Amino acid sequence: MSLEKSDVEKIAHLARLAIDESSIPDYARDLNNILRLVEEMSAVDTDGIRPMAHPLDANQRLRDDVVSETDQRELFQSIAPKTEAGVYLVPKVIE
Amino acid sequence: MHNKSLKQLSDALHQGEITSVELTRHFLDRINQHNGELNAFISVTEDLAMDQAKAADERLKAKTAGPLTGIPLAHKDIFCTKGVRTSCGSKMLDPFISPYDATVVEKLNAAGMVMLGKTNMDEFAMGSSNETSFYGPVKNPWDPERVPGGSSGGSAASVAARLAPVATGTDTGGSIRQPSSLCNLTGLKPTYGRVSRYGMIAFASSLDQAGPMAANAEDAAMILNAISGFDERDSTSVDREVPDYTATLNDSLEGLRIGLPKEYFGEGLDPAIAAAIETAINQFKKLGATVKEISLPNTNLAVPTYYVVAPAECSSNLSRMDGVRFGHRAEKPKDLLDLYQRSRGEGFGDEVKRRIMVGTYALSAGYYDAYYIKAQQCRRLISDDFQQAFEEVDVIMGPTAPTTAFKLGDRTNDPVAMYLADIYTISTNLAGLPGISIPAGFADGLPAGLQIIGNYFEEARLLNVAHRYQQETDWHQQIPKAFQ
Repeated sequence: MSLEKSDVEKIAHLARLAIDESSIPDYARDLNNILRLVEEMSAVDTDGIRPMAHPLDANQRLRDDVVSETDQRELFQSIAPKTEAGVYLVPKVIE
Repeated sequence: MHNKSLKQLSDALHQGEITSVELTRHFLDRINQHNGELNAFISVTEDLAMDQAKAADERLKAKTAGPLTGIPLAHKDIFCTKGVRTSCGSKMLDPFISPYDATVVEKLNAAGMVMLGKTNMDEFAMGSSNETSFYGPVKNPWDPERVPGGSSGGSAASVAARLAPVATGTDTGGSIRQPSSLCNLTGLKPTYGRVSRYGMIAFASSLDQAGPMAANAEDAAMILNAISGFDERDSTSVDREVPDYTATLNDSLEGLRIGLPKEYFGEGLDPAIAAAIETAINQFKKLGATVKEISLPNTNLAVPTYYVVAPAECSSNLSRMDGVRFGHRAEKPKDLLDLYQRSRGEGFGDEVKRRIMVGTYALSAGYYDAYYIKAQQCRRLISDDFQQAFEEVDVIMGPTAPTTAFKLGDRTNDPVAMYLADIYTISTNLAGLPGISIPAGFADGLPAGLQIIGNYFEEARLLNVAHRYQQETDWHQQIPKAFQ
C-alpha cells in the first residue's frame, strides 16, 4: 500500500508533530520509499518464529519496592521552560 | 604530543614528563586552531577541562592516579554531562543543560579523565553522515569535502585529526564503527548490556550501546576497561564480570578461525575496499589464523528490519520531548495540543520527523503485527544466523562499510540510499553482538575499515585480534597531512 497525503497528516497528528503543509508531499514520498524498503520482510516466512525483543532474551530486572531516589524537584525544574510553585506550566486544559 | 597513544601519554604523565594541564592545553589549542574547519565540537568546555586537569595533576602527584588519569577526551553530545549543554545534535535540546552525568561520563570522570568538550553528531544519532545535525555537518579530516560518517561523526573527526586522543561514541546501527571506518579509527561497539545506557539519550533502546573511538585497539581496551560493568540504573545492563581488556591483547592468533560471510562481499561493495579487506585477511593468515567462507543467509533482512525496530523505539523514546519539562518550547501555544505539536515540529529536524512518523505508523493500530512483530521475528532469524556461524568460527570479518567517505550532500535527498551506508553494521546491533572496526588500508586516499564481529561478551578477543594486526601494520598510525 502507499501512503496518501491524508495518511501523512494522520500519522503526524498521532506523533504530535506539526509539519508544514508544503512539505507533506516530500514526507509522503520519503515514507513510502522507507516502507517499500521495509516491505522486503514480507517475502520471508516467519510462521512460528518467536519475536526477539531483547538481544540476550533477558527479562527486565525487578527491584525492591522501596524509595531509591531522593527529591530533586528544584534541580530538575531549574531547566524547565516554564514552572511556578513547583509545578510545570502548560496552557489551560480545563475551561 | 598528539601522536602518542593513551599508554604513552599515561606513562609520560606518571613519570612526570608532562602534566595534565600541559597536555590539556595542547589539545584545547588544537581544537581552537582546527575546529572552525571541521566543526567536530558542539561545545568546548575549556574551563572545566583546565579544572579537571589540575585535579588530575594533584592525583598524579599524590600517587593516587590510575592509567587514564589526566588524559583528555571528547564525549559525544549524546551523553548527559552535568552542568554542560547536552544537545544530542538537536535544536530540541539546544537549551538543555543536563542536571546529572551519564554513567559513562561518571566512570571516566572517576578515572580522572579530562573532558575537552562535546562532539557533533547526527540529530538524536539518526544518520550516517553527520549531516542531520542542527549544528551543521562535520568535515572528514581526510578530505573536507567528504562526510566523516555518522552518527558519531564529531567524535570520529576529532580523534582522526588528533584534536582529542580518544572519544566516546554510541552505536545503534553502526554509529561507532562506520565513522571509525571512514576516518581511519579503531571503534568498538560492545555487546548489548556491557556498557550502561544510563544518561545516554535514548534512540532505540534495544539496540543502543556506547563504546570507545580510538587511534588503536590498546587505547580502546583502556577505555572499555573503565566504562564497562553492571549499572542498576540501566534496566538492561548485564551483571557479569568485566575482564581486564588490556591483559589479553598480545595473545597468539594461532588457530584463530575466521569466517567470511559471502553476503558481505557481494554487489554494492567498492572493489577497492574488497581488495583492502583481502590483504588484511592474508595478514591474519600469516599470524596463524584459518579462514573459511560462511553464510549469514538473512543479511538482506537487516536493513528492512532495522528500519522498523529503530523508528518504532525512537518514536516512543522521543515522545518525552514535549516542550514541558525541558528542551525547546514553542512560543505562545494556544492550547496543550498546539504546545506539543509546535514544540516538536520546531525542535526536530526532517530525518528525526521521518523516523518518528515511520515508527508511529508501524506501531499504530492495525499495523503493529505486520510491521513490529514481523520485524522482531526477522530479528530472531538474523540473530540465529550468527549463532550458527559461531559454531564453526571464532570471529567474523568483512568490510565495515560498502564505500569510503562520500561527498557532503551526496545522499541527503535520498534517505534510503543513506540507510545503505550501514548495511554491514546493522545486523550486529539487531543480534546484540560486539563488533569493532579497524583501519585496513586506503582506497584513493580514503580510509577503509575492516569489521570484526565476535560472539556475546567476546570484546577481549576482538581487541586481541585487532591489536595483533596493528602490531604488524601501520594503517592505524596514518594521520591526515593537515593535522600531523
